[in-house]
Amino acid sequence: MTTLKTKQALPADGQPASASANGATRARHTPLVPSAGARRLWLTLLGWGIALIIFFPILWMVLTGFKTEAEAIADPSLIFSPTLESYIAVQARADYFKFAMNSVVVAFGSTLLALAIAIPSAYAMAFLPTKRTKGTLLWMLSTKMLPPVGVLVPIYLLFRDFGLLDTRTGLIIVYTLMNLPIVVWMLYTFFKDLPRDILEAGRMDGASTFQEVIYLLLPLTLPGIASTGLLSVILSWNEAFWSLNLTSSSAAPLTAYIASFSSPEGLFWAKLSAASTMAIAPILVFGWLTQKQMVRGLTFGAVK
Amino acid sequence: MATLQLNNIVKQFDDTQVLKGIDLEVHDREFVVFVGPSGCGKSTLLRIIAGLESASSGDIMIDGQRINDVGPAERGLAMVFQSYALYPHMTVEDNMGFSLKLAGVPKEERRRKVREAASVLQLEPLLERKPKALSGGQRQRVAIGRAIVRNPSIFLFDEPLSNLDAALRVQMRIELARLHEELDATMIYVTHDQIEAMTMADKIVVLQGGVVEQVGSPMELYHHPRNRFVAGFIGSPKMNFLEVELVNAGPESVEVRLPDGATCEVPVDGSGLGAGPLTLGIRPEHLRLEPEGPLSGRIEVIERLGGVTSLYVRMQDTLVTVSADGNVDSRVGDILRFGFDRACAHLFDAADLALPSLSRHPLAGLNRQDNRTPSVTSGQ
Repeated sequence: MTTLKTKQALPADGQPASASANGATRARHTPLVPSAGARRLWLTLLGWGIALIIFFPILWMVLTGFKTEAEAIADPSLIFSPTLESYIAVQARADYFKFAMNSVVVAFGSTLLALAIAIPSAYAMAFLPTKRTKGTLLWMLSTKMLPPVGVLVPIYLLFRDFGLLDTRTGLIIVYTLMNLPIVVWMLYTFFKDLPRDILEAGRMDGASTFQEVIYLLLPLTLPGIASTGLLSVILSWNEAFWSLNLTSSSAAPLTAYIASFSSPEGLFWAKLSAASTMAIAPILVFGWLTQKQMVRGLTFGAVK
Repeated sequence: MATLQLNNIVKQFDDTQVLKGIDLEVHDREFVVFVGPSGCGKSTLLRIIAGLESASSGDIMIDGQRINDVGPAERGLAMVFQSYALYPHMTVEDNMGFSLKLAGVPKEERRRKVREAASVLQLEPLLERKPKALSGGQRQRVAIGRAIVRNPSIFLFDEPLSNLDAALRVQMRIELARLHEELDATMIYVTHDQIEAMTMADKIVVLQGGVVEQVGSPMELYHHPRNRFVAGFIGSPKMNFLEVELVNAGPESVEVRLPDGATCEVPVDGSGLGAGPLTLGIRPEHLRLEPEGPLSGRIEVIERLGGVTSLYVRMQDTLVTVSADGNVDSRVGDILRFGFDRACAHLFDAADLALPSLSRHPLAGLNRQDNRTPSVTSGQ
């Protein structure tokens, strides 16, 4: 091909025709490479395949929820007549909405509290760093490496003595503390991406620290704050260890609700599936609606 | 309208001293430019004046009032940042009116003031836009407009033109000079570009390593640099430095031996001169081609700019720049003989300090404002 090209190009050298002749030679050879369309098809199929594998357990759970108990333990089958039998039975045994309300209050309450604490601390770390800021951040994150069960007994005793057992307040406190390191860390990185000059310009314009945060920092990092908040909501919603150990009935969230179906009389797969579907449905819809925001927030610094 | 005085400003970051005792006076309505290489402390000094950074010791006085402990906003200054630092989520109008909003100025008055400032900068058609939808030059003007709206006693500029392309920079330079006249305000301007300093300043402050090397009018710095650093920093192309030997020193002149062996007398006061190496400084524009000149070398590079041609001539181990006429027909490899204007030559002692010139340049005291008054010699 190279020799062909030079042979063609040489006599035509200096004439405008040479460029187009050259281009035509190259174009005739390109179909030997697999086309971009075929490659994209393969990638699409692969992507769908992986997604299906990841999604399969949830799909199976949702399907099982619509089966009868007998069908649920029979040979796995995709063909069955859907029934709401399990849902009715589940609702008859426990009030779904009470648990759901607990989940909503606890997840959003702890997220708001965590943001209220984390925004000032991330501000201080990002804009007024000291020698120990990096170390503090790492130490905060390292607390996440401690297995929660390690502090179960002291926390349980504290909760008992302060009358926090089986209260929403208690769960909000625990979830706030649980998510705080991640929330601070994420906000810190979002804040760090904000050019210092903008805040300094605000200070020159007469903004107090509070006005700086309200008028400049929060509006400018809103995508980041929103995705941090969403993550915190999801983590709190899905948390099971503390909710199972610190609540029993009045403050129990949906995770405790699911668990209550796996105990005394053995496992009832259809009812358990129906309960689980109901427990994850709100957060699934919530995640679906906010996924654009999540992605935008998590790639905030990268695309700016 | 205000005067600023700095007394022995020191700034210490951990172990490093960034500013080593700066004394400076900025008069009312003066355009002062801080210039120096990067890391010389000029931006830190500006930020200390602004109140964004605190001085480790020393006094900052505005109109005789010590303001070290006064917050940035209460100092009554406005700053234009290198990155413009516009608020990206606000329109141009809100950007410019933000300080008034914080000060609790009623909406109508705010609008009026913003529009006033916008008209000075021809920003009216852009008031509804967000910064994202503006070009670099427009953003720069909005940043200046935001400063004007505050009606500050002193304007601070932190390298405001360095993000603009060359053509726009020249245009904004002219616009800033015009603005200074129009607003009649005190302005302090930080730059690393000596051309910006030369063209805009009434007074230039040359900084290096946290120390003020020299303060003076542009023409004074050009004609009477205090030391070798200032001599090399001010002027473009850069001043040439040649190692020379002392032959004879006196209060009327100093005789030195040039690298080629010829001797020449430089009209500077050499009365206090001790032993040690001397450096002769000659600006490229003061070198001229002379067939019988005392200096010679081989041309290594030629840069033709049209009106002026820069010839880079190798003399032993130094490369000397000669600014020649645009029509000069020299070629690379030619041996060039050249001489220089003695009156424009500078001599630096072993400590790199300039020996005092015997005559003061007639324009050395001229500042930018004097350019507007009719000159004595002009033909009216």
